[in-house]
Amino acid sequence: MSGNGRYLFAAYAVTWIIQITYLWTIVRRYARLKREIGELKKPGGSS
Amino acid sequence: MTAPTGITRVSLLKDLRLEWRSKDAINSMLFFSLLVVVVFSFSFDPTAEESRQIAGGLIWVAFLFAAVVALNQTWARELRNQVLDAYRVSPAPANSLFVAKVLGNFIFVSVLEALMTPLFIVFYRLRALGPAWQLLLVAVVGTWALVVNGTFFAAMSLRTRSREIMLPLLLFPISIPALLAMVQSTTAILNGEGARFWIVLLVTYDLVFTTVCLLLFETVLNAE
Amino acid sequence: MKRVFPILGVLTAILLSYALYMALVVAPTERTMGSVQRIFYYHVPSAWTAFILFFINFGASVFYLIKRNPAADIVALVTAEVGVVFCTVVLVTGPIWARPVWGIWWTWDMRLTSTLVLWLIYVSYLFLRRFSSSGETPLLAASLAVLGALCVPFVYFSIWFFRTQHPQPVMGGGGSIDPRMLHVLLINWLAFSCFAFLVCWSRYRLEKLQRDVDHAHAVESLLAPRGSVR
Repeated sequence: MSGNGRYLFAAYAVTWIIQITYLWTIVRRYARLKREIGELKKPGGSS
Repeated sequence: MTAPTGITRVSLLKDLRLEWRSKDAINSMLFFSLLVVVVFSFSFDPTAEESRQIAGGLIWVAFLFAAVVALNQTWARELRNQVLDAYRVSPAPANSLFVAKVLGNFIFVSVLEALMTPLFIVFYRLRALGPAWQLLLVAVVGTWALVVNGTFFAAMSLRTRSREIMLPLLLFPISIPALLAMVQSTTAILNGEGARFWIVLLVTYDLVFTTVCLLLFETVLNAE
Repeated sequence: MKRVFPILGVLTAILLSYALYMALVVAPTERTMGSVQRIFYYHVPSAWTAFILFFINFGASVFYLIKRNPAADIVALVTAEVGVVFCTVVLVTGPIWARPVWGIWWTWDMRLTSTLVLWLIYVSYLFLRRFSSSGETPLLAASLAVLGALCVPFVYFSIWFFRTQHPQPVMGGGGSIDPRMLHVLLINWLAFSCFAFLVCWSRYRLEKLQRDVDHAHAVESLLAPRGSVR
């Protein structure tokens, strides 16, 4: 029966891996955008 | 000002006439359909009893592929000649064009199916245990389901990247309930069982999706 | 407004931890399946959350078709994306649950199959959004969302009938549920709903920012003095 504990752990772990991965992509894109905005605001603008 | 049905008829006749003259698309699609049947026959070599169980699925997958090939060229001629821009500017109702295209595709795909079916019957030694006229009904209603959604998604895919792959990508998921119904009803009729639930489902599906596609086509045509 | 987000974040984290504790410790052990059954407390709330998100996507898409409101378009995009994420969780935890219980990874079980088709429909929606040219994307996506949502009853109905004709093991078991298990289930659902809300909110802010930046780029190249941008 405790062999099945592996599956329980796997299911819960996979759930959070999927969710955190998605959140991470949002955070990374957000950081990249913020950097881009910083460059846009520099005097002389981007090019 | 011509009535909407007039526009539909004119557009449909124009497409049919152009296709008949050039025979471009129809020839390649005929050959493609034949190839599909032959390839499937090599892949699955069942006994007569087994084939009654799987033929429904095989036939409709083959029809689906043939339909996609036909649908992909729905708007090709219009695109090449900037006809759609002219159509957007004209006061003609967009739905007339849509209905003409759907009918044209329906005729097209039906011809393909009519040619593939005898091959399937011969290669798989098929014999319907149930009433064969019901198979015709399923073919009509099922083909309409594929063609009405397919024409709509073909219009949607016009200005997307990877246009040709976009059409099946959009069409297949939404067609799954209809495909299930087509396959199950065909299998049921071949085996002499009742297919009424599936046929009713297909008819309902056709009604709902034809209505919504008609309502939304103008939006899609003019989207920019 | 700025402070609400972190506060909600902390509250949600606490709620999720509590819900996890409830699922692993407090909930009674199921008779036939043992502790594996506790996957239920993550599998089902994820499914319900996905359905709600797809429903909101439908509403936002209809609203966009009628009012052409850009915020509605962003809501539609966000709920579809997050909904697909939750749907993926359902499709992965389902087989992980099925394997020890039924010995097979997949059965064309009614619920799993319907969820798979739902996943396919909304992934195709995301592909359309990715591949269409940006001017027309909102309208096309909204149209597809309406068609997809209308397809859902057909999906469930057809698969239900198919399954009654060709019965197979039903995963997750049917029948009534122990009230204590229901309690834990609802707490996990509440926790995941709050989490989904925060994820949607983050994604919304990201998309809004992205569009503002794109707009700024577009305006800049329009206004650039002649000769400097070629």
